[in-house]
Amino acid sequence: MTAMQPKPFDSRKLGMRQTPFYPRQMDWTITNDWLLWAGYTSPGSLDVVEQEYFAIRNSATVFDITPMCKYRVSGPEAELFLNRLVTRDIRKMRDNRVSYVIWCDDEGHMLDDGTVFKYSNTEYRLCCQERQYDWLTDNAIGLNVEIQDVTDDIAALAFQGPTTCRILKNLGLAGVEEMKPFDIREFPFGKGTLSVSRTGFTGDLGYELWIDPEQALDLWDTLFEAGRHYDIRPIGSHALDLARMEAGLLQPNVDFQSAEFTLRHSRRRSPFEIGMEWQVDFTKGHFNGRRALLKEKQQGTSKYCLVGLDIEGNKPAHAALIYHRQKKEIGRITSAMWSPTLKTNIALAELKRPFGIDQKEDIWVEIYVDKEMKWERVMARARIVSTPFFAPARKNQTPPADY
Amino acid sequence: MSMKDNYDAVIIGGGHNGLVCASYLAKAGRKVLVLEANDQLGGAAPGCAHIINQLNGAVANDLELTKHGLKYTDTNLATIALGEGGEHLKIEGTRVSALNGAALSEEDRVSFNKMMRSLHKFSNLLGPVWGKKPPRLKNQDLEDKITLGKLGLSIRMLGKRDMQDFLRIALMNAADLVEDAVENKLLQGAIAVDSVWGTHLAPRSPGTVLSLFYRLSGAINGRQGALALPAGGMGAVVDALVAAAASNGVDIRTGAAVEQILVENDRACGVQLAGGEIITANLVISNADPKRTFLNLLGARHLDAGFVRRISKTRTNGNTARLTLKLNSLPEFTGLARSDLKNRLLIAPDILYLEEAFNQAKYGEFSNQPAMEIVFPEGAEPTLSALVQYAPYHLKGGWTDEARTAFLEKALDQLDRYAPGIRDHIRESELLTPADIEARYHITGGHWHHVEMQIDQMLMMRPVHGSAQYQTPMPGLYLCGAGAHPGGSVTGAPGMNAAKRILAMEA
Amino acid sequence: MKKYDAIVVGAGHNGLVTACYLAKSGLDVLVVEKHDYIGGAAVSLELYDGWKYSNCSYVCSLFRPEISRDLELYKYGLQVIPYGGGGVLMENGDHLAALSDHDAARQEIARHSKKDSEAYDRYSANLMRQCKFIKPLLMRTAPDPTSFKPRDLQELLYLGKRFHGLSEPEMYEMARFWTMSVVEFLDEYFESDVMKAWIAGTGIIGTALGPCSPGTAYVLLHHYMGEVDGNIGAWGFARGGMGSITKALADCLKDKGGEIRAGSGVENILVKNGRAVGVALENGDEFYSDTIISGMDVKRTFLKTMETKHLPDDFVRQVKRFKIRGSSGKLNIALDGLPEFPQLPEGSQVTRGDFHFTDSVERMERAYDDWKRGTWSKDPYLDVLIPTQIDPTMAPEGKHYMTVFVQYAPYDLADGEVWDDKNREAFAESTISLISKYSPNFRDLILHKEVRTPLDIEEKAGLTEGNIFQGELTFDQLLFNRPVPGYAQYRSPVKGLYMCGSSTHPGGGVMGAPGANAAREILRDMGAGRQTGRQAA
Repeated sequence: MTAMQPKPFDSRKLGMRQTPFYPRQMDWTITNDWLLWAGYTSPGSLDVVEQEYFAIRNSATVFDITPMCKYRVSGPEAELFLNRLVTRDIRKMRDNRVSYVIWCDDEGHMLDDGTVFKYSNTEYRLCCQERQYDWLTDNAIGLNVEIQDVTDDIAALAFQGPTTCRILKNLGLAGVEEMKPFDIREFPFGKGTLSVSRTGFTGDLGYELWIDPEQALDLWDTLFEAGRHYDIRPIGSHALDLARMEAGLLQPNVDFQSAEFTLRHSRRRSPFEIGMEWQVDFTKGHFNGRRALLKEKQQGTSKYCLVGLDIEGNKPAHAALIYHRQKKEIGRITSAMWSPTLKTNIALAELKRPFGIDQKEDIWVEIYVDKEMKWERVMARARIVSTPFFAPARKNQTPPADY
Repeated sequence: MSMKDNYDAVIIGGGHNGLVCASYLAKAGRKVLVLEANDQLGGAAPGCAHIINQLNGAVANDLELTKHGLKYTDTNLATIALGEGGEHLKIEGTRVSALNGAALSEEDRVSFNKMMRSLHKFSNLLGPVWGKKPPRLKNQDLEDKITLGKLGLSIRMLGKRDMQDFLRIALMNAADLVEDAVENKLLQGAIAVDSVWGTHLAPRSPGTVLSLFYRLSGAINGRQGALALPAGGMGAVVDALVAAAASNGVDIRTGAAVEQILVENDRACGVQLAGGEIITANLVISNADPKRTFLNLLGARHLDAGFVRRISKTRTNGNTARLTLKLNSLPEFTGLARSDLKNRLLIAPDILYLEEAFNQAKYGEFSNQPAMEIVFPEGAEPTLSALVQYAPYHLKGGWTDEARTAFLEKALDQLDRYAPGIRDHIRESELLTPADIEARYHITGGHWHHVEMQIDQMLMMRPVHGSAQYQTPMPGLYLCGAGAHPGGSVTGAPGMNAAKRILAMEA
Repeated sequence: MKKYDAIVVGAGHNGLVTACYLAKSGLDVLVVEKHDYIGGAAVSLELYDGWKYSNCSYVCSLFRPEISRDLELYKYGLQVIPYGGGGVLMENGDHLAALSDHDAARQEIARHSKKDSEAYDRYSANLMRQCKFIKPLLMRTAPDPTSFKPRDLQELLYLGKRFHGLSEPEMYEMARFWTMSVVEFLDEYFESDVMKAWIAGTGIIGTALGPCSPGTAYVLLHHYMGEVDGNIGAWGFARGGMGSITKALADCLKDKGGEIRAGSGVENILVKNGRAVGVALENGDEFYSDTIISGMDVKRTFLKTMETKHLPDDFVRQVKRFKIRGSSGKLNIALDGLPEFPQLPEGSQVTRGDFHFTDSVERMERAYDDWKRGTWSKDPYLDVLIPTQIDPTMAPEGKHYMTVFVQYAPYDLADGEVWDDKNREAFAESTISLISKYSPNFRDLILHKEVRTPLDIEEKAGLTEGNIFQGELTFDQLLFNRPVPGYAQYRSPVKGLYMCGSSTHPGGGVMGAPGANAAREILRDMGAGRQTGRQAA
């Protein structure tokens, strides 16, 4: 049987830009399922989503993260700038390390999350999903720091799965196995340099690869060559979304709304309300939203909490409402899935306090199931569980085992 | 570096509001130090203002300024709107009369009186609001509720007709108001120009009526909207404030420029002077303009970015220059007797003239035909003091010597129209442009009022929300200058309100 | 002679909306119209052989969907087609294209300023917050703050509650927004001049204010409150021209048993013993009713169409004082073909929407300076549309119709000049030469043009001074101040005489809200059982 040919598709006509990896993904795709990510053409899937998902947990997957917003932060007060921007103390970071960070507005409401790459006290890179140039440049007022949007200058791949370390070794990256989680290392590649960080959005063993766009296709080709016998495959964002949920990672504008763009102020959330308390360091000096957050903590005015749920049955609780004693509405599901690895029906949920904090029992989720054109309403019992739902040992193991 | 005694409060800037604030705090038993960068105290008050019309009555009483030497040579200055060929109009309070046969209809005379009466009534209504901390729109404390309640009540007490009028005109433009009331162009110009002094507005800009209300809200000897000349010039007002401060035990240091506000454990704890000297204090109170206070002295690092964004976007560019002419002898104004020169003279022949003058300022040019307010302050030698508008801070090409000379000539051209040959009387001239005001008095943008006085930068939005009740986001740091409510002019109200607020907060 | 339940003066869109609602409630309604065509300022006429055109208002977005739905206007042929595109052609040969796709728009703006391209989202979110607050107020009667009537107090409470529902910083941002100039507002977001100019244009259309005048940020909002099918801020064409809105309303009215008499205007509103009793037409006919509703602006209604002796002096004074200023003109041009704009890239959508040539705030403000001096702008702000690209029914095949909204043009010219043919031609020329600078073949394509100065708009559409909003949208003339404090609830000092035009709350634009609100108040006065639409008492 001949595979179905993808229909001719020129995403540029829709005003969508194409990353340097686009031609290779176009070669791979059989679904022709493209999404828009920050103006770029990005695959929702290239093949069956389940297969892509299992490749994350079983072998090696490549996801094109070139569209991710990347900002170079440099200058004498770069450290000061970042430390005022984000809630955790980045002064504790060593060079060539990565840190997950969140940042808030003046009122202590979540704006976005991302990762800080530290190269030196005066040289950082901030990566995030939503555009932040406006906010970052306004944060630079009065500080000796330069903000540069380098999104288009760096091509990047998320390389995730148990066999990834093996493949990178095959690629000749000597010593890559010594990299600890959140380490950054540079390796010579072709005429240039390949930057590797042990980071990712899957909660599994994995790396992110950063390269000059000129060398992007070379990287892709050599990587796939090196991984030929390890079931390497490109994936789309649907599979990635499943993996990140299992890992209990939050997705901006899914699990929380960026405060700057909410029309209703009641939709804004503080870090305490989305389970990010561990990110807030009041001892490090001033940062955006510190005074508001301190007040919230001292006065105990947090209104919500974000929890993991284990829901009975196997029907994903997409966009479901949550009840106490099947009566009182106490929250809603923000992300939900049937976890193929855990064989569990899991979800991230926002609950109105005290539910989820002091009151954790008798929680029910209202799920609507389409049974052959008949909707059935199911009240499923749910249990609050800690996240991540899935955290394999290989995620943090150094050196990773050869699979 | 040396450690000084620990003060309860250190005040940055010995401008009139800083002095007022210091006196109030010292009267309440606080140990206060005022630091002034210049050798002279008083800040921009003597440099910018030349008439007293809005000095807050409570300030004058509480600080016993009369006892401390404040005297007026005249407490009810008349205004003469200069007309071509000596056909002037004389305005005394709510009355207007024609000089030298100037055309003035009976209808205009009556209508002017009526309009001024209602302006006085409405200004009087707002008076109490200027002398209180501005109420918040949400989460009000009792005082806020009382202020709002009283205002609401007094608006209701106006009666239906006046209340309708008030609510209609409060945010209107002065040109419409004036044109609706009187037909005489010179009279229109004279009223309209009082709505735009010190602002980046022209009479047709909405909001100028509010600016009139603000101007007219002062009273001297119970006379609403009266203008007064202090004996010995504006310097004498400053002297009285300094005397009051001294008698209350305030320490004052001049030539002490603050370079940085010091912070410890997220609280302002003192200042560092230009030479490196550190002065610690429980409170730091800034009479400096908000941009300077927050962005230069405190630093963005101690503030939230949204707040910094708001502060950096406040409109703070000055538009008014001050001209001082030392004269050999008093000039002859066409149609005016020597004795008339003790009044206030206006060059604002009509509304269009003001609009045209403003048009140029919008594009970074100074007015070819500026509006002017002239007085001849009493002193050892004949002196002409004038406000000259518009002179934008951001002049295209900058305020070079050539630009300054060119603008001076434009001002003299206007003076010469009404006082032919005035140039021959001039011995010495000094023109203070906004750029000079910035350099001399350390006011960002050289704005008289520190922060442009328009409704979106007034009341609970002055200088920005989040810092509108004299507190700032930084614990221990307060504002007491013209950039705080109610705003600019020699009122003393920001200083007084700030002191009261501080005493309530830091009891 | 027959006595009607209600007579509406003027078959403009608001008059017709009121009439339709009244007829829908079972009243016997007559609409009288001066012209032999109906529609007021929302009409499609024949411009030139085979050219249909919207001779005054030209685009549609503000028309309240509630009204379309209540009156089932789709049944009567109303179809509003959203359009995209538009932008600014710049003096330096560049352009800024307005694109509806979010990312495409961002990339386009980023060509001019990266920061602006992202600040645009922040700006849009803030504007949407303002819209969200204000929109429900459009279809409500403004409360009188000086009144102690339970209903006014209740409405004030409603407003207070809505306001109180905001967070404290939002309250301040809203208070600031309502009072700022559009340029000051935009300065808080944008750095590039073309971006500011592109948006600021919306803050001045139809008003006698410059982009730097405080209060113009609200005018921006006034234009943003529209929607096409839930897309807030989107604009559309009415298929067949703006006249199809009024035509649909007229058909709706007839369907509900209402009557329209076109061709003779009202000369006098008849008042007896302090009550409105009827109207006397220019042709001598008289019609009687206890309820007379004027869709004309307040000055025309009270100063020209009735004897002022029936009105309190103070009311007359206030009406005289109401500012209705002519600030804009219009050119309607029949074109032999589509003009070319060589500086635009091939396939550009800029000329498919409304496009402009004012690429800086300074140019826009200078255009206003001319108005203040009593002349039309030498370098005017133009809002240009070629609707035939989307609605081909408006011109013969291959031909096009261009509408050019020109700002500023004063009603009274300075220096003793009047709007004679010479000045009218000079006014048109300033516009045509501006467009020709960007389109070399434009001038040769002109088959016919109609020039409408504020004076023409006054004479032909009956709008005082040619003001398209029947009164300036400044704060002193909004809400409870519109048109006259104490008479902002569609009633007049004369019993039985009502207002329903754009001079009343919420103001101008082809919105229909004043008409619907007036109908609600009238039915309320008539007694129980007759409720229209949105605001149950």
